[in-house]
Amino acid sequence: MSLLNKHGVLERNATLLLVCSLIVVAIGGIVEIAPLFYLKNTIEKVEGVRPYTPLELKGRDIYIREGCYVCHSQMIRPMRDEVERYGHFSLAAESMYDHPFQWGSKRTGPDLARVGGRYSDSWHVDHMHNPRSVVPESIMPAYPHLIETPLDFEHVGDHLKAQAMVGVPYSEEMIEAAKAHAAAQVNPDSDRYDELLDAYPKAQIRNFDGRAEITELDALIAYLQVLGTMVDFSTYQVESSR
Amino acid sequence: MADHNDDHREVDEVSGVQTTGHEWDEIKELDNPMPRWWLYTFYATVIWGVAYTVAMPSWPLISEAFGGVMGYSSRTEVTEAIAGHKAAQSVYTDRIAEMGVDDIAADDELMQFAQAGGAAIFRTWCAQCHGAGAAGGIGYPNLNDDDWLWGGTRQAIYDTIAHGVRWDEDPDTRFSEMPAFGVDGLLEKEQVAEVVEYVYGLTHDDADPALADPGAVVFADNCVSCHGEDAGGMQDLGAPSLTDRIWLYGGDREALTQTVTYSRRGVMPSWVQRLGEADVKQVALYVHSLGGGETE
Repeated sequence: MSLLNKHGVLERNATLLLVCSLIVVAIGGIVEIAPLFYLKNTIEKVEGVRPYTPLELKGRDIYIREGCYVCHSQMIRPMRDEVERYGHFSLAAESMYDHPFQWGSKRTGPDLARVGGRYSDSWHVDHMHNPRSVVPESIMPAYPHLIETPLDFEHVGDHLKAQAMVGVPYSEEMIEAAKAHAAAQVNPDSDRYDELLDAYPKAQIRNFDGRAEITELDALIAYLQVLGTMVDFSTYQVESSR
Repeated sequence: MADHNDDHREVDEVSGVQTTGHEWDEIKELDNPMPRWWLYTFYATVIWGVAYTVAMPSWPLISEAFGGVMGYSSRTEVTEAIAGHKAAQSVYTDRIAEMGVDDIAADDELMQFAQAGGAAIFRTWCAQCHGAGAAGGIGYPNLNDDDWLWGGTRQAIYDTIAHGVRWDEDPDTRFSEMPAFGVDGLLEKEQVAEVVEYVYGLTHDDADPALADPGAVVFADNCVSCHGEDAGGMQDLGAPSLTDRIWLYGGDREALTQTVTYSRRGVMPSWVQRLGEADVKQVALYVHSLGGGETE
């Protein structure tokens, strides 16, 4: 019992108590978090997940800037009601190139993990201009400024470079061509059409907002339209141990 | 504070219990043991905790996390739950998936199932554009009336929903494209004004004949191949009738000028990949039954 009686030492020494508390909490953190970086079954092996195109990445920036994540999650949990409403439950692989991830924790609006392809581009244009024009019950704020604001993608290459530093597989060529790729994604007639598709398979290339200039809304819609569409679920098998 | 020492612990005279040896202003603390029921509950939770990590997915190991001896997985659970419900419905959905939409409508039992299922699917996937009551809005057709862009038979509605409208990823999608007569320079500005006045006059009494009469010529030269000589529309091309008072983008002069100048290009996603054959048929039958469905 002599060891148990030593707690008096901790109770009488504030600095020692603090240090020992930190050690105990750190053990919990290390056991829960650190293994996720080396365990092979953390991220599923699935086909189709690619890094975001430069335009999608800019759209993601706008998504974060406007605080969309405050009301919208991007995480379909493995529950029947969610899967039947939103689609297949989210996989870790689907957000492996998200830095930071946009899972969110609050659903004032619906989950957006699989919003890609669910609505037409013009629906998104109408909806951002005034959500009530298409969904009368909606309480979402309007974002009419997005279509009026030219997209600033001058330094998108640097953004790709930063993402590459944290592990997103952008190649040198992709980083170099980032600005041109961003412009090419809204122009189906550009010379870089095939190049863009080679670099980013299945990228959607069209004028998203219907305006001649490249606007912030172009980028945001490009991002929304790719969400949840990358994985080919026809070949995905649910494994246990996850 | 007194020293903490087992050998010299003081026993309280009144209760006969040892004190902790702590003393504040002559007030001493009795060192009663924990209640037995509490202690054994505590031990039980410790045992439960250890057993739980053995039974359920828990500890990180060398290359994978331990899956637990019970093999539980929330993903497997939800996949099986959904498969179970699908299997329970398959008495209906299997037949719906295989039968033609008109045959389903002729079968009372199947039709009852399809109506209820279609209504649920509509509220989940369609209401965001067409409205909860299917009344539509500007750019999104009203599905309650009998005016159909691409046809209002059960089969036509099914085809439209299954493959979408101008949905590039689906090779069978409905497709047509009205030229942007104004911005593409196919018509002069005056001609646009004339043909707008003519079309406006088809459904209004206050059109200006000075514009509408030459507009009729412009219409005959440019528009009849899709909208028809009587402007009654052509469902094969998704060209709307211009003679009724049902307007997708508005029927006043301003909206019509916008339409002729810039064209319109409504898009609907293709749904058969996402929802599957049986669901698309159910929702097609539901939409057909809303009031305006055509039989032939």
